[in-house]
Parts: sequence; structure tokens; C-alpha cells
Amino acid sequence: MAKLIFELSSLGHQAVTFPPSHLPSVSFDEFENQGNIDLPEIAEIDLVRHYIGLSKMAHGVDTGFYPLGSCTMKYNPKLNEDVASLEGFAKIHPLQPLWSVQGNLKAMRHLQDALSEICGMDEFTLQPAAGAHGEFTGMLIIAAYHRQNNDLKRTKVIVPDAAHGTNPASAVMAGFDVVTVKSNACGGVDLDELRSLVDENTAALMLTNPNTLGLFDPNIKAIADLVHEAGGLLYYDGANLNAIMGLSRPGDMGFDVVHLNLHKTFSTPHGGGGPGSGPVGVKTHLIPYLPKGSYLKDLPTLESAPSLSIGRMRSFHGNFLTTMRALTYILFNGKGLKDVSMNAVLNANYMMHQLSDVYTVAYPQTCMHEFVLTLEKEKDQYNVSAKDLSKAMLDHNMHPPTMYFPQIVHEALMIEPNETESKATLDEAISLLKQLHQTMIDDPSYLQNAPYTTPVLRVDDVLAARVPILKYHKE
Amino acid sequence: MGTYIPHTKQDQIDMLTSISQTWDTLLSTIPSNVRLKRELNLPEGLSEFEVYHKMKAYASENVVFNTILRGAGAYDHYIPSVVRHLSAREEFVTAYTPYQSELSQGVLQSIFEFQSMMASLTGMDAANASVYDGATAAAEAIAMSYERGRRTILLSAALHPQTIEVIQTYTQELDVTIKMIDTVDGRTSIESMSKQLDESVCAVLISHPNYFGILEDVKGFRTAIIDSKVKYIVSVNPMTLGRLANPGSYGADIVVGEAQPFGLNLAFGGPYLGFMCTSDKYVRRLPGRIVGQTVDSQGKRAFTLTLQAREQHIRREKASSSICSNQAHCALTAAMYLGAIGPQGLKEVATQCANKAHALASKLESIGYTLTYKQPFFHEFVTTTPVNTALIEQTLADHSILSGLILDDHHMLWCVSETTSDDKLDEIVAILKEVHHG
Repeated sequence: MAKLIFELSSLGHQAVTFPPSHLPSVSFDEFENQGNIDLPEIAEIDLVRHYIGLSKMAHGVDTGFYPLGSCTMKYNPKLNEDVASLEGFAKIHPLQPLWSVQGNLKAMRHLQDALSEICGMDEFTLQPAAGAHGEFTGMLIIAAYHRQNNDLKRTKVIVPDAAHGTNPASAVMAGFDVVTVKSNACGGVDLDELRSLVDENTAALMLTNPNTLGLFDPNIKAIADLVHEAGGLLYYDGANLNAIMGLSRPGDMGFDVVHLNLHKTFSTPHGGGGPGSGPVGVKTHLIPYLPKGSYLKDLPTLESAPSLSIGRMRSFHGNFLTTMRALTYILFNGKGLKDVSMNAVLNANYMMHQLSDVYTVAYPQTCMHEFVLTLEKEKDQYNVSAKDLSKAMLDHNMHPPTMYFPQIVHEALMIEPNETESKATLDEAISLLKQLHQTMIDDPSYLQNAPYTTPVLRVDDVLAARVPILKYHKE
Repeated sequence: MGTYIPHTKQDQIDMLTSISQTWDTLLSTIPSNVRLKRELNLPEGLSEFEVYHKMKAYASENVVFNTILRGAGAYDHYIPSVVRHLSAREEFVTAYTPYQSELSQGVLQSIFEFQSMMASLTGMDAANASVYDGATAAAEAIAMSYERGRRTILLSAALHPQTIEVIQTYTQELDVTIKMIDTVDGRTSIESMSKQLDESVCAVLISHPNYFGILEDVKGFRTAIIDSKVKYIVSVNPMTLGRLANPGSYGADIVVGEAQPFGLNLAFGGPYLGFMCTSDKYVRRLPGRIVGQTVDSQGKRAFTLTLQAREQHIRREKASSSICSNQAHCALTAAMYLGAIGPQGLKEVATQCANKAHALASKLESIGYTLTYKQPFFHEFVTTTPVNTALIEQTLADHSILSGLILDDHHMLWCVSETTSDDKLDEIVAILKEVHHG
């Protein structure tokens, strides 16, 4: 295990120094810091070795296969990074006069128009910082829309039981009550139950399509009509857009609001957890509600807000450099975004098919970009859980699938191979998973105790939560 | 036209055949009534060379200023080479949230180190792994502070205006009352706060330094907030903590802020880095990811995401925040920056910012500008200008200098950082002197 950066500290070291300044010193009297600043003191070479050491204990898409369902861990083109580091983007102050940022405005408009075309929407805001932030933005827009129409009893947002946890959490942040609609036997929204839930109190239905099982809901039009006829709006969680670019558009399905995850579908890197970017697209009737700080047609400045704006969602104009990476990706692919989605679907179905003779697919039908295995049977027979199988993959340079999600599938493993993986990589992963399945039968304890070769072995999560140690304490 | 899809046509045919599908059958689960029956109305894809030059053309249409005297929430500081290079390591860039701790110790440890640095700098017990930015950090701190029967929040009128706007946005659909604390001569009035403190109040939020760069009476506020059910939330520019007393030392309950000054590009406003620190008492109310130290099955030190029972993927509609993706890579960068400059470097940067800002202020006073507020400030200050601010902005821009922020026709909010040399300050004043003589 690597030392902590604080344990490398030795008095008097400093990697980077600053040019001298000879101005009179200001003193802050009662505001002055009287104590020491407890930061590490390290020479540059040791700082470098520390972080290179840490990087070797991390697994990125560049390290190996990363089929983490719902997260679209596709290859992050190097070109994106070169573009994001252009001085003309990186060194621009967010409050520069408009005449000095015309390139940014044109690039933002370009991206907003491209996203509108891809999604069948009429306008986009680039302000939301991540997918969940986009959901919150969309829910606030929906709340403001109903209030504007004096439709004050619409307090209810319907969310499928298979939805991402962010959906209900975002709806509640916008003041709504969440009602859960069950999935039917085929993994889609249960239409009969939906019919019984939708009424004059329904503000919106939040939906991912394809859903978290990787299945395109065959009743999507009927669902949309049902909600619209009752006066509700439709919210599209774009986490799974990678399945349908150029094939189908949320706007054409009937959605009024969508959010995208640029860090998923549009290849901007995930950065170890972020920054993401969660642009929100709307149909024309909702443009007046978009957040302040968006770059919209007919608005004189970036600081003005549309007439019925929900207000500002964050400072400035969004995770700008992230959006420029996404635009780079869109320019590179162009119409070929359709091939991206088709190959994502191909890879998922290929893997699902090849695994289905050994594993149980929770919903064994043609899927879109991802599919879900259930290890319920294996858990019963061999006492090997989805977590155990995942941990065993860690010894083979493969990041495990998303575990225990969606919650409607027991012992779930959600696999999203995505289009940037070769057949050889998929074949290797398939063969590994089959081999581990055999091990499960022959020697379950091998999986129960995995991993064996990682920098640390099975980590005690329970202890971490029971006795929280959240910062370094000097010995 | 480029592609990142590694399959050849033959691969695709082989794969389709092996699963007894064709492209048509494969995509047939999309019902025809929602099928897009045309190509996307986008141009053909371009080569890498063409894309780079197209994007470079956009970037070239922006003006990169050599000298930046504008802050107001976004700060120009030197970013050391070592920070740029280390943060670009692909293993960090192309990983996601470290759900599988055994495979992600590097990412987890880097976040743990970031949390430790922020907690130490602010004098608090714990920090989270980041939120979207400083303004949303403030809004999330408000959400942490609600108590039964207490839903009124008192906001300093000298907060960054965008922070106030974001809090208004975040609370608009909730049963929350926002009341503003007045300022007197640019400083938040304790008297105005005290008058509004009643049993409905759950939080007081001030910024130190405030939007106008002024130092608030942070100890005075602590003393005046007698009711222990009221959370004292302080928003800080963490760079100033190289010189200013940490908020823990004067009794803040929650400390938030924007850590963009720690090694992040101005980047037209993002990605930036919101941070949140608090005492042990409120740790379980923090939103977002938190990394904790534990052991592995061999008793070896290890790190993992912890206290997850707070979060949306477990609690769904009962979570206090929906945040999932955060600003992890920005947090990594900030920790690298602090590692690179160390405690002496942070003190040096903070000191140079303050000294240079005070030097510019007095030089401006010597040519007819007046300090609008007669209050102690750090590295930002407001002047009343002898000529129209638009003229000042234009004149300095002609010399590749981004002026202070225009507040109105005769008020400008200036900021000076270590990147502006002593000599440059004289040059700036010489240019400005010409403006009202010319």
C-alpha cells in the first residue's frame, strides 16, 4: 500500500516556487492565521512518484475492459483532451466581455443545435453540471410549467421501479412526491398499473428508454400518450442514449424534457467520478423556463434569463471544457453516430448471447446496449454472489459490471460493453466469465475470497461505515 | 471520416451470424412508430486533423488576455507543469467513480488526501469528495441545515450574486424562506442578522472574503448566533486560507467554497470544484461521495466509498441530494496543486495576491480612483472610477489586460493575483492615468 502524501512530507520541501515580489506587506490583524497550515511538504520528484504510484492502482478505460452498466465507459479520444487544453478555451474568464468570447458562443450554439438534432428537441441548455443536475433542472422546469398554467395540484412524479436512484431523488429536490410504477414481465413499464396511477395530479413521468435492463419499451408511444392526455409531461433520462443515436429520438417518442450525460454518450472522460456534463433539452413550449446562464437565441447576453426561467442552476455557463470535448466527438463522428449506437447494440447482444448458455439473463430477449444477468441461482446453489463474481474479475484486468442494479433483479450484474471494444476483447471477457462460472461449481471459496492480486484484498466496507476515518491523522 | 469502433465489416458479419441476427432483426425492438426513418441531419464525420482545426478556429475567435484583473468567482493563478502533467494520467482521467475499491485504491486514496487537505485547511473534521461548484456547495449546505420547524435561511447580501441565485433556484419548490442580511459599507451587518434571528431560522450563510473582497466579522457572527440549532455556514475562497484564520478556529459549522483557484483553468467557468467541510456532528448530512479509511481482509490499510446510506443510489427519494457524478478529477488536480506548492507556497500565493491587490488599490487612489468601501479586504476590492468603466475595460483590453469587473458605470470590482508582476501594476496605472487625461 502506498504511503499517504502526508507521510512523505519532510520539512522545508517545496516542488514549485514563485517569482519574488517586493511590495509592502499587508497584515490582517485579527483575521490572520495564527497556526500552521498542515499541508505536505514534498520535492517535485517525490510528488511525481507518489501520483504515478497512485495511478498504477487505478483502472481506467485505457487500462482495460470496463463494462460498467449504465455508465457507458467507452474509449475517451485523446483528441478531446487536446481540444480542451487549447488556450483559447482554457484561459478564458467566464465574465469576459461578450466581444471577446465569440468563439465560445459559436461553439456552444453548434453543440446545442447538434444535440437538438440528435434528440429531436428544440433547444438545449449546457448549464447543468452532470446527469443528476440535469434531472433536477428538468424537474424544476416541469414544476414551473405547471405553476405557470395554474395547474397547482400536479404534485406527483411517476418513476419506474427500475429507474436510476437519481430520478426519485431529483424529483423530491424539486418538491414532488414520487410514485413508483412497477415493471411488467417483459421489463417494460406495466401499462395497466401506469393507467391506474396517472391522473390530474400527475406532473410528469420520468423514464429511461432503453431502460436500465437495456430494453426498449415497445409501448413507449402509448405511455407518452397516456401521460400527455392526463396533462402530465414526459422526462427522458438520457443515461442510455448511446443505444439509439440515429435510430430513434426522445423528442419523437414524445418526451418534453431530456437530459444527456456527455461523459457517457459523448466520450468526455469520467475523471474518476466527474466532472460530467448534463445538458437539458426541451421542446419549444418549455424554452422560456430554461436556466439563467444558458446561451439562448434572442437573449442579448449570457447573463440574461428567458422570461419564465427557473433561475440559475450553478455559477457561469456549465462545465464548458467538458462540452467542448463532446462537440469534438460529434464533429468527428457526424452522421456516423448511428454506427456508434448500432455497434453498441451489436456488442451487447453478442456478449449476452454468448453468455446465455452458462448464465441466466434476467430478461432474455434482444437487448439494446446493455443487459442484466441474475446470479440468484448461483447464489442459492454455490453461495457465490454477484459481488463475489465481480471481485474475481478484478484479478483479470477487467472492471466488473454494475452490481445489484437495477434493484428489481436479484444478484444483478448489468453489462454494458459499448461500441469501442473489439470482438477479441469481448471474446476474452466471455471466456473469463465462463471460466469463473466453472470455478464457481468446482471451488466456490475461490470466488468468495477473491481478489488475490490487487493492491489490497477484499476491503472491509462495514468497518469503514461503522468507524468513519475520513481524513489523515498524524500518528 | 473517423471512427473509434474497432470492428471490421467482417467482424460485424461474423458476430451477427454467430448470434443468428441481422442488423434489421437486431434493431427491430425499436417500434416503427418511433423509428428515425432518415439519417441524422449532421455533416459526415471528419478526420482528427479537420476536427482539431475546426475547434481551434473557434478557440481562436476568443481573446486570451495576458493579464487578468478580474475575479468575481473565477481566479487566474499559475498552474505548475507538474500539476498539468500528473492530472493528465490516463488511469485517473478514464476511470469512473471508484465503486470497486480493490481495483481503485489510487483514485480512492487521492480523494482521501483531497478530503484531508480541505479539512485541514478549513479546520474542520471532514470534507466530501466534491460537488459541482462553489455556488451549488452553498445550496447543498443550506439543504444540510433544515430542522423540523426551521426552514428560514439568512443570506448575506454580500454573497456572490450567482450564489444567491443558485440558492433561490435550489429552494424554489421547497417550503423554505430566504431572508437577506443587509450590508453596511460593503460589510454584512451583524445587527441586521440578529434582528432576523428567530426560531424559524436554521442557517446563516456569509462569505469571507465577501463578493466585494471585504473581510467579514466572522468571529462577531459566531458570537451573535446564540441558538445552537442555527448552522453557521461560511463560504471561503480557499486560497485566502494561506493567510486567513481557518473557519474551524472561529466556530463555523459548515464551510463551503469554490476551489478553482487550486490548479484549475479559468475555462470559461467550468469545470470547477465545489467543496464542503463540516464537523463530525453533521458528517452524515453531507451530500455526495465520501471516502473513508478501513482495512482489507489481511488487515492492511485500504480506502473505500463510505457512509453511502446517505446517497441516492441507496435511499432514492429519501436522499437529501441527487448528486451522483461529482468533480472528482478537479479534486485530484487541486490536491496535486496543494502538494506541489505546499504550505509555504500557499502562504506565498495568498500573500502576493493580497499585497499586489493592496498595491494596485493605493496606486489607483493616487490617480483619482476611490475605494468605494472603507473596509479591510483581501485580494479583491471595489473602486469608484473617475471615468466610465466601459472605457476602462476597453482601454486596458487594447493592452491585453482584462480590467476589473464592471459593476455599473462608475464601479469596478478588481482582483489581483500572483500572476501579475510588480512592474505590471505600474504599467496598468500608467495606462489608466492616460485614460482620464486623454
